[in-house]
Amino acid sequence: MTNILMNVDAAAIDWARAQFALTAIYHWLFVPLTLGLAVIMGIMETCYYRTRSAFWRDTARFWQRLFGVNFAMGVATGIILEFEFGTNWSNYSWFVGDIFGAPLAIEGIVAFFMESTFVAVMFFGWKKVSAGFHLAATWLTGIGATLSAWWILVANSWMQYPVGCTFNPDTMRNEMTSFVDVALSPMAVDKFCHTVTSAWIIGALFTVAVSCYYLMRRRHQAMAIESIKIGGIVGLVASLLAAFTGDGSAYSVAKTQPMKLAAMEALYDGGQSQSLTAIALINPFAQPDYAAGGEPPMRIGIPKMLSLLATRDADGFVPGVNDLLNGGYTLPNGETALSVDEKIRQGQAAILGLKEYRELKAKERADGLTTAEAQRRDELSKDLQANMRYFGYGYLKDKSEAVPFIPVCFYAFRIMVGLGMLFILFFAVVLFFAYRKDLARTRWIHLAGLALLPLGYIASESGWIVAEMGRQPWAIQDMMPTWVGVSDIGSANVMVTFFIFLALFTTLLAVEINILCKQIKKGPETSEG
Amino acid sequence: MSYEFLQQYWWFLVSLLGAILVFLLFVQGGNSLLFSVGQTDEERRLLVNSTGRKWEFTFTTLVTFGGAFFASFPLFYSTSFGGAYWLWMIILFSFVLQAVSYEFQNKLGNFLGTRTFQWFLVINGIVGPLLLGGAVATFFNGSNFIVEKNNLVTGPTPIISSWANASHGLDALLDPWNLVLAFAVFFLARVLGLLYFINNVNDEAIRSRSRRQLVTASAPFVLLFVAFLLRTLLKSGFAADPATGVISMEPMKYLNNLVTMWYVAAALVVGIVLVLVGIVRTIVSKTYIKGIWPTGIGVVITVCSLLLCAGWNDTAYYPSTADLQSSLTIANSCSSEFTLRTMAIVSIFIPFVLAYIFYAWHSIDKKKIDKKEIAQDEAY
Repeated sequence: MTNILMNVDAAAIDWARAQFALTAIYHWLFVPLTLGLAVIMGIMETCYYRTRSAFWRDTARFWQRLFGVNFAMGVATGIILEFEFGTNWSNYSWFVGDIFGAPLAIEGIVAFFMESTFVAVMFFGWKKVSAGFHLAATWLTGIGATLSAWWILVANSWMQYPVGCTFNPDTMRNEMTSFVDVALSPMAVDKFCHTVTSAWIIGALFTVAVSCYYLMRRRHQAMAIESIKIGGIVGLVASLLAAFTGDGSAYSVAKTQPMKLAAMEALYDGGQSQSLTAIALINPFAQPDYAAGGEPPMRIGIPKMLSLLATRDADGFVPGVNDLLNGGYTLPNGETALSVDEKIRQGQAAILGLKEYRELKAKERADGLTTAEAQRRDELSKDLQANMRYFGYGYLKDKSEAVPFIPVCFYAFRIMVGLGMLFILFFAVVLFFAYRKDLARTRWIHLAGLALLPLGYIASESGWIVAEMGRQPWAIQDMMPTWVGVSDIGSANVMVTFFIFLALFTTLLAVEINILCKQIKKGPETSEG
Repeated sequence: MSYEFLQQYWWFLVSLLGAILVFLLFVQGGNSLLFSVGQTDEERRLLVNSTGRKWEFTFTTLVTFGGAFFASFPLFYSTSFGGAYWLWMIILFSFVLQAVSYEFQNKLGNFLGTRTFQWFLVINGIVGPLLLGGAVATFFNGSNFIVEKNNLVTGPTPIISSWANASHGLDALLDPWNLVLAFAVFFLARVLGLLYFINNVNDEAIRSRSRRQLVTASAPFVLLFVAFLLRTLLKSGFAADPATGVISMEPMKYLNNLVTMWYVAAALVVGIVLVLVGIVRTIVSKTYIKGIWPTGIGVVITVCSLLLCAGWNDTAYYPSTADLQSSLTIANSCSSEFTLRTMAIVSIFIPFVLAYIFYAWHSIDKKKIDKKEIAQDEAY
């Protein structure tokens, strides 16, 4: 048992993780703008459809052109992710492919075709189809993109909270037992709502930023003001919803991934009536000495808030890193929490039991089993079901491996939440000036609008960093650590593809940004009316 | 619906998707001829805008093909993509280049220049069909991999699928018969691209140039395809014992499959005839522009029949030359009965998807593309 997994090339795992992170982060630069702009340009085209005014037609077409440039990069970076589960995480793909493959296939059949079919009508159909069909195509493009987000987030949520499945020792994989549990998992619902509303914020920030640029330059002011009004409303609604759904997401995490929550909060020793850390000083480059207990230096907390958010009870018990490692506290269902060492023992028992079960099955196929052996096989099968819950822990060498890298989770979470709050304030102020004051002359808002756009992307990426770094060391929570899920490819191969992706995506990103800037500088084209 | 039926049904769906993907490679085939069919900047722009109306369908079909394979035959997905790493990665890189090339090439601010992105389209147009053809050929000729599920609990590493050599898929291109199909698919994509241009682009110079090129693309395609087909039908194939799952070599397995599955053989003949009808009529008649339809439908039927021949009738569709017993069959690589049944329900959506694709396609293509249209701001 002890020598299993020691032979997986550690560098190959790191490069596979780095490549997935790189491609996912790049992909997520383009997707939120697609999702957000889809709503905004849909509203603008609806205005055109209702008024038939050339102003709204030009406005909608201008934003659609920018959407198109960004959309192409989203598509280009997305194809890699679809196949990367197989190319770099082949063991993962077999171990849970029976469950995980379904949402990806549904995404293709239901969402991608809708998106790609109607985006063509949207771009090329202005003079070829009726205004009603064109409007429908614009909205269906956005709906297709949003449905796509739904299914990929179902898949991602399943990695965070694997439900609706059971392990089959005969096929050596997990198999789906309830599609409804997978597709409508509470984690998926929370994640979808939070992610999509945060994407709308990016769309709104982009619209406001570009419009602020025009106001600063005193060009296309009417379009800029109307765009800011729509962007501001979408942004304010989205940022309020993102705060609300973020609370739901955090509550889900508290219930299903308490170690992630403890890392996000740098909560070493938990307890009742826990305060929420507003800020603390943690070395961003080193894992803190959580085993020593106590709390991070210079910590400022909001009393009882963490307990309230995590348990919906101001005096509720929130476990810290050490509680989760050592167990012994009482779980909400009344059971006593196991220590990670105990989970490792159960996981190893599952692995060894599975090994023996497979040997007996092989013997059964070859020569048949004695009565005692058949009895042993059945016992093993029963024990496996009991121990499989902690199967993944059997691959851990030490309990410290169960702790994610705390500083990244801690700071990324605070950046996301802090900026999220700032966006609520910003959109409220922008709307106030747009409706009550002379926004065209309020230069500081123009500057703020431009400055907040990159911060929007930072907040959005930070959210994903919290979600994915907080899940470590698991590829699938409690079921499979990352190093068991990789493909059998030498690290040099993955390193080469990593740098090809880096160079390719960075170059294409530079081209995209330059094209967007030129398009924005050029401004909307006036149609014949 | 029994488990066996669901397995066969999903192999049919995956084969159909693969067949539609090969048809849609007309986008790549057309792009590979960008600089020979399009002689001026304006003509090239016309061609780019012509395939540019359709590239998303090819791209989406490729992605859905991957997703459907993952959901229905996860062991293929994990073994092939994780093992033949470089083969798939190069295909994917070429599609990444394609995805941005339409949108970026003629936009103000494209500091890489129009030509760069046109060459990206040419690269994807050559590499995509060539390597996809090579990958499909391994369904008949085998690949170098080993699957050992016990590795998860006993192996020196926990990884169950491994490639038996360091080339990670590029070894497929060392087999001359894989290359024969690779080049057959490459020339087929060109044939389809040319037929598509003839149909879709309302420009005399491009149409007459495409007709000339059609002869030079069709001849090698027919030659290579017939050679591959005959050799495949006559060679030993990878048979699976339905009772034990043991894989063995069976003389003329694929010919036997067609004899046993006469309906697949009939479909294959119909498909091949349709392919030839479309090509020959276009070459013979100077006014006939609808060759893409019989040839396209013929390609779908032919490729689907060949893939059914590779997987149905107890055949190992992804054979291993490194360890025969590691070969993948429909039965040993598919998802559970529950997942296949769930996905079968989802597949009810497919006719609706095809219906709206057809409607949208028809709406956009009512008028053939011409030089006047690309002067408008909606063009790439």
